[in-house]
Amino acid sequence: MNNIGKNSFDIGYLDTLAAGDSSLHHLDPRAKLITTCAFIITVVSFDKYALAVLIPFFIYPVALISIGGLPAEYLLKKAFLVCPFAVLVGIFNPLVDREIIFHIGAIGIPGGWVSFLSILLRFVLTVTAALILVSLTGFNRVCEALLQLGVPKAFVVQLLFFYRYIFVLTDEAERMVRARSLRAFNASAMGLRNFISLAGHLLLRTLDRAERIYRAMCCRGFDGHIRIIRSSKIRCQEVVFASAWLFVFVLLRFFNVSLKIGDVIMGLFQ
Amino acid sequence: MHMADALISPAVGGVMWTATAGLIAYSAKKVSIEADDRKVPLMGVLGAFIFAAQMINFTIPATGSSGHLGGGMILAILLGPYAAFLVMASVLIVQALFFADGGLLALGCNIFNLGFFSCFVAYPLIYRRVVGQKSTQGRILVGAVISAIVGLQLGALSVVLETVFSGISELPFHTFVLLMQPIHLAIGIVEGLVTAAVVTFVWKARSEIVRASRNAVPIGKVSMKKVLVGLFAAAVIAGGTLSWFASSNPDGLEWAIFRTTGKEELETPHNLHVALAKVQEKTAFLPDYSIKKSEDEKTPGADAKAPWPAVDPGTSVSGLVGGSLTLFMVVLMGVGLRRRKGQS
Repeated sequence: MNNIGKNSFDIGYLDTLAAGDSSLHHLDPRAKLITTCAFIITVVSFDKYALAVLIPFFIYPVALISIGGLPAEYLLKKAFLVCPFAVLVGIFNPLVDREIIFHIGAIGIPGGWVSFLSILLRFVLTVTAALILVSLTGFNRVCEALLQLGVPKAFVVQLLFFYRYIFVLTDEAERMVRARSLRAFNASAMGLRNFISLAGHLLLRTLDRAERIYRAMCCRGFDGHIRIIRSSKIRCQEVVFASAWLFVFVLLRFFNVSLKIGDVIMGLFQ
Repeated sequence: MHMADALISPAVGGVMWTATAGLIAYSAKKVSIEADDRKVPLMGVLGAFIFAAQMINFTIPATGSSGHLGGGMILAILLGPYAAFLVMASVLIVQALFFADGGLLALGCNIFNLGFFSCFVAYPLIYRRVVGQKSTQGRILVGAVISAIVGLQLGALSVVLETVFSGISELPFHTFVLLMQPIHLAIGIVEGLVTAAVVTFVWKARSEIVRASRNAVPIGKVSMKKVLVGLFAAAVIAGGTLSWFASSNPDGLEWAIFRTTGKEELETPHNLHVALAKVQEKTAFLPDYSIKKSEDEKTPGADAKAPWPAVDPGTSVSGLVGGSLTLFMVVLMGVGLRRRKGQS
């Protein structure tokens, strides 16, 4: 399986997870979407030297992964695979900011390292939150939530189309790339000339496909609208889920749990 | 050049999200006014094409490194700016959700950086003017290359500004600009060449597709004004929320500005920098600064915010010990929950 195949497999896998059967899977997507956004905003609202205060926030991904029965290793691995930009930009912090901001014993810790670690923590927290949202909800239901929350219909409808055809077109692209590499004695690199012809043909096929899809849909009575059966509604569970988590986020935002626990422990030793 | 949540502040994320949401709503309205049933499936399928094409790597001539297509300009040329912006947004949403490429809060920034500049700046102002009513291979080439370069340069600059204003990264503005712009110049040239080649390919094979999209409605002057007014209003509103943040949260946008410019003042003693730094110093040291200081004590390590770090080793060590213990408890809780679930 080449790179393209792996990517479409990944998308499919997250959707398979979303077909799970836990209490979290059955929640209305809106509750999960709003809670996820609140979580991310709370996490990034801390100042750049925040480190210990961020740690209690792991309660959110850990609880959701555990209750939802999601594969923690897979999600973490996925998060670490995509971190180059954050790390590349963050790695300059230790170089630029060398001011010692606190000491552990005799070792001085420069501010840059603290803020770099803080970036990494934020990264893991926010990225896993987004992945958890999809693997507990599924993309179609996220779109449904977007529609219900007032995102324009034209946008959501083409988003649904887009998602549906990702699999078809990545398969098609994969077949074309495989065919080329078999005929090129598996030379790994593709030149610009080959790429343009390949992408051009893929584009022509895509346009033909779009036309066929459109005609097929017209035959079946398509009038520009996609009608979605909405079974979801806000029940007691959703309100409890969202408000409980929002309460936890506010509490952790303004009350440094790590520091309090640390103080108690240090108090015991002194 | 996808930005991550970890690098932006809520204020910057919020402003960019407001701008992006406004543009999405506006473009969606434009697309539904066109009332072309054909367009919506076409948008979806073309989005999937861009998504698939982005995964195909090719070798960049003369460098040996590999690159992939961005696709913003191809979409704008084939679909017109509004539909192209919506499709670009969709591609980025799926990347954010499934590949964790960029984050949900940073998504506003990413859609704006990669969609707005190519669809609403480079395409109408450069590509359409260069190509005009008569497409020729040469015109498509020149138009695509220049507009791809401009689009990517503006996008990269916007990434730099968003990162610097967020103040999470310590990278000073000029270093970051010097890193980003040349790289994106090279990427822009390649992107432009590939865009031109693919568009020409389609144009030669099926010229009616490229011709049809050219007849799409151009952007009226009034409507762009509305967009700009909307953006300005969003910035003002977000600024208002921000000042509230600054009083409750020691690290607001102002503080970030002060910090970076403060550093620039040390390294590059230009008069303008000094003057700017002074202005920002005044804005950063608001009267509530003393309140900020007392708030700092809540967070360990945040004591570095004071000009001369008031080091309190006790607080910091407590923070570390407590933090590790909290992490341990959280993991324990997770294992416990999972085990209970396994039994039930």
